[in-house]
Amino acid sequence: QPFKRFVEIGRVALVNYGKDYGRLVVIVDVVDQNRALVDAPDMVRCQMNFKRLSLTDIKIDIKRIPKKATLIKAMEEADVKTKWENSSWGKKLVVQKRRASLNDFDRFKVMLAKIKRGGAIRQELAKLKKEVAA
Amino acid sequence: MAPTSKMALGIKRASRSHTYHRRGLWAIKAKHGGALPKAEKPAAVAEPKFYPADDVKPRTVSTRKPHPTKLRSTITPGTVLILLAGRYMGKRVVFLKQLQSGLLLITGPFKINGVPIRRVNQAYVIATSTKVDISKVNVQKFDDKYFAREKKTRAKKTEGELFESDKEATKNLPDFKKDDQKVIDAELIKAIDAVPDLKNYLGARFSLRDGDKPHEMTF
Repeated sequence: QPFKRFVEIGRVALVNYGKDYGRLVVIVDVVDQNRALVDAPDMVRCQMNFKRLSLTDIKIDIKRIPKKATLIKAMEEADVKTKWENSSWGKKLVVQKRRASLNDFDRFKVMLAKIKRGGAIRQELAKLKKEVAA
Repeated sequence: MAPTSKMALGIKRASRSHTYHRRGLWAIKAKHGGALPKAEKPAAVAEPKFYPADDVKPRTVSTRKPHPTKLRSTITPGTVLILLAGRYMGKRVVFLKQLQSGLLLITGPFKINGVPIRRVNQAYVIATSTKVDISKVNVQKFDDKYFAREKKTRAKKTEGELFESDKEATKNLPDFKKDDQKVIDAELIKAIDAVPDLKNYLGARFSLRDGDKPHEMTF
């Protein structure tokens, strides 16, 4: 099976363009070939072009166009938030955000930490090489 | 001032004596010994013999006073700044205070990164959010005069020396300035050592790498 994520009702997607950039939304209806009706707990339900949506692995169990309260309940039951934050994609975004918010001194400290890590790795590698050679 | 309303044509609501009292002239008189003070007239200048031939307007003296330079809100005493231009370009330095002229008084400290106590324009500086505690550093004695250039006294040359090129003595920093630097550095370094990695940070130059977007960075 070449595809694992489909445009379907209840599919969670990440908005990758526009004013809702970075928001996690749920597809609640498919309008036509190009657009879906999307909804999220903290937004007004609206149409969105598929080009603006990146589908995720998460899918929740809802009927077509549910009420906001039903949607929120379904999302909580499916544990969308923690699932997203524990996925590697979600983690990557968190790291990106953290990195972007670092100030100059913090960036310097990251640089120092990287040097330290590199040194430790090199040391361990040298040890292993020695063992192999012996 | 007296009320302008009139009771009838020619009759004012406030009487003359009432107005006099309200204006407070009596207080001014009492202060100056019973008479209103008079501005002194300038002494009469002797009439010139001839009128000037050309119409030259006298220059009006400008009364404009420049506003004091506003300090950028992100710069407070102790802020670590990144210098953007000049021979100390990219150095991270500590801001001490703003001088009367609007320039920023900074120091490396000299011991850590070689930047002496000097003045910079805030336009050539990036303010970071990192702060050093400089409450114990005394910067009272530094003002713009401190940095004024020494006046050269030119010795008259005798005829024989006229064509000899000047032998400039190498200019050394006066000892008192070196001492001032030491005093400031000692206190500053104490504060800097209290924060881990800060000393290394101030000793390193700032630079941009491939893919760094300075307009999107937070400092």
